[in-house]
This record gives sequence, C-alpha cells and structure tokens, in this order.
Amino acid sequence: MAKRAAPEVNAGSMADIAFLLLIFFLVTTTIEKDKGQLLGLPPIQDQNVEPPIIKQKNLFTVLLNRRNQLLVEDELMEVKDLRQAAIDFIDNGGGTNAEGEECKYCQGKRDPSSSDHPDKAIISYKYDRETSYEKYIEVQDELLAAYAFLRDRAAQKRFNRSFKSMLEEKAKNQFKKDDKLNDQIKEIQQMYPQILSEAEPDKN
Amino acid sequence: MSKFKKGKQGDLPAISTASLPDIVFMLLFFFMVATVMRDSSLMIENRLPGAEQVEKLQKDRTAFIYAGKPSSQFKQLGTEPVIQFNDKIIKVEEVRASVLAAQQELTEELQPKFVVGFKVDRETHSGLVSDIKQELRQANTLKVMYITGAKGE
Repeated sequence: MAKRAAPEVNAGSMADIAFLLLIFFLVTTTIEKDKGQLLGLPPIQDQNVEPPIIKQKNLFTVLLNRRNQLLVEDELMEVKDLRQAAIDFIDNGGGTNAEGEECKYCQGKRDPSSSDHPDKAIISYKYDRETSYEKYIEVQDELLAAYAFLRDRAAQKRFNRSFKSMLEEKAKNQFKKDDKLNDQIKEIQQMYPQILSEAEPDKN
Repeated sequence: MSKFKKGKQGDLPAISTASLPDIVFMLLFFFMVATVMRDSSLMIENRLPGAEQVEKLQKDRTAFIYAGKPSSQFKQLGTEPVIQFNDKIIKVEEVRASVLAAQQELTEELQPKFVVGFKVDRETHSGLVSDIKQELRQANTLKVMYITGAKGE
C-alpha cells in the first residue's frame, strides 16, 4: 500500500462557525441597564405662602420610624398590607373633587369618612433620619404600586390594554410623536394623579 | 495486524491556525459588547435596594450620586456613610455645585430634562438621602431617580 499523509483539515468553514457564535452572543447578551423609581421633588416653597388646608380625611399618613416600623393612619401595619390600604384610600371616592364632580370610575367603598376623590387624595409619607434606605424604598415601592394598580385598571377598562404597555409604546416611539397615545396616557394619569407628598424628617 | 500499523506511519499534519484570528476576533467582539464601562471607580459599598415599580434610566441626561459606607480599602474615610460624586468624596454642601456643573455639561435641549440618579447603599440611613434631596431642591434639579436592583436580589 502507498504511504500517504492524513489530509489537512479544511479550515475554511471555521470563520463561519466563529461568526455564528459571535451572532449568538450578540443576540443573547443583554447589557445591564439601570432602572429605578422616577419621582419629582417639590420645588422650594416661599416661606410667606400659607400652605393650603387639607381635610384630615383626604390625607393618608404613612410613617416609618427609626426601627423600620410602619405606622399607617396611626395604626401599626405590615408592609405587605400597605398596598391594599393605599388602593382603598385613593379609590374611595366618598365625595366630590374641586369641580364638584363625583368620581364615576372609582370602585371603592364610597365611605364619607375617607378620601373624597382621587384628585384630592394625598399620601403623606414621612420617615425618620435613622430609617434604613432599603426600607424606605420598599415602602415607596408599595405606594407607587398602588397607583400603578389603579392606573392599570383604568386603562384596561377604558382602552382595553395595560397602562404599562402604553408607556412602553411611548418610550419606543420617542422620535415620532403619537398624539393620540399621549392623550390617552394623560387621561389615565389625570384619573389617578400621583400625589405622593414626602415630608422632611425631623432634625434631631 | 500489519495492515493497521501501516496507516500510522506518516507524520502528524500541522493543525491549521487559519481560524485563530476568527476566534480571537469573536472573543474581542463579545467582550466589547458585554462589558459596561464604569467611568468612576467606587470608593464605597454599593448594594442597591430592590423594587418592582421601576422605569428605565435614560443615561444621556443623568448624573449619578453614590452614597454608602466606605468600602474596606478606604477605611481612612471612617465608617459613617459618605457621598461620592464622579471620582471624589464630597460633603453634603458640595452636592449643589457638583450637580449644577454636571447639568451644564449636557446639551442644551437635555438640560431641562436633567435627572439625578441615586445609587445608595441599602444600609445607609435615609437622613443622608434626605439631606441630598434638600440640596437638590435648592439647586432646582427636581427630577430624581432612586436606582434599584431587582426585587429579592
């Protein structure tokens, strides 16, 4: 038999395999993007301006003390119950708003001793300087979740889609304005305005 | 028996290295895509708290403020939580000037949309965050984002 060397492996397709892998990784890796709770701070108030008087029933007080205990409307509460309590408060609709309109879309108990209208329902959030930041964010998250729940319910009923999907579509089309969608988002936001007032912790 | 031995008599062929550049390039591309550039090295501990109700951060209009306890290499800074902005530790009173300077660096159309991102360690006390917020109100940069990780992390 003739002596023969093993044939050289054809390396021509190696580049194809490499590209295949490259494309696979390109598609599957996600660069980690920061996410967070976007909120506005109140502007500095003129010292001379009298703060408006708010009826006690339109105020939902959330207090977080230095031992990370939660006090809601003067009662001790677990964080997991806060969301439902906030939803009940905002969605109560016991009276009328500033224009004298009743809340037609509210599904709450219409208890006259709780909030009048989502327009008027204010959540007042106060914390101590010694409160841990983790707990502070956790409670804030629950309060934001209450608003998100109500807005989502309103959007489902009104436009038959979730509020989140509306916001996502808006973010996707940031270069071409969609007035109809923007109006719809605004409408939902006006139905349940996010009135989250944060009190400055006492200096001790 | 001799039949089998005969085949192995030739020298081992050299393995082609023609594909090596491809592999190297592939790795290069992968790391180019997957790495996140960090423009300031942290001198503090930074374990973010978790939350569910989150929005995406728009990086082009954000300045980051970090806060937390100094990490183990920076013990000389003490054990109390401190504020870090870009590469240096700043005092609460310096927050306003730093933030305004960062806002000036943005393009004109983004300046009104300026957001301050808080990257605060979960074990910091909220009083420090409150102090920073007061400074931001003074600076009239009112949009803040509490940057969080995923819940239960």
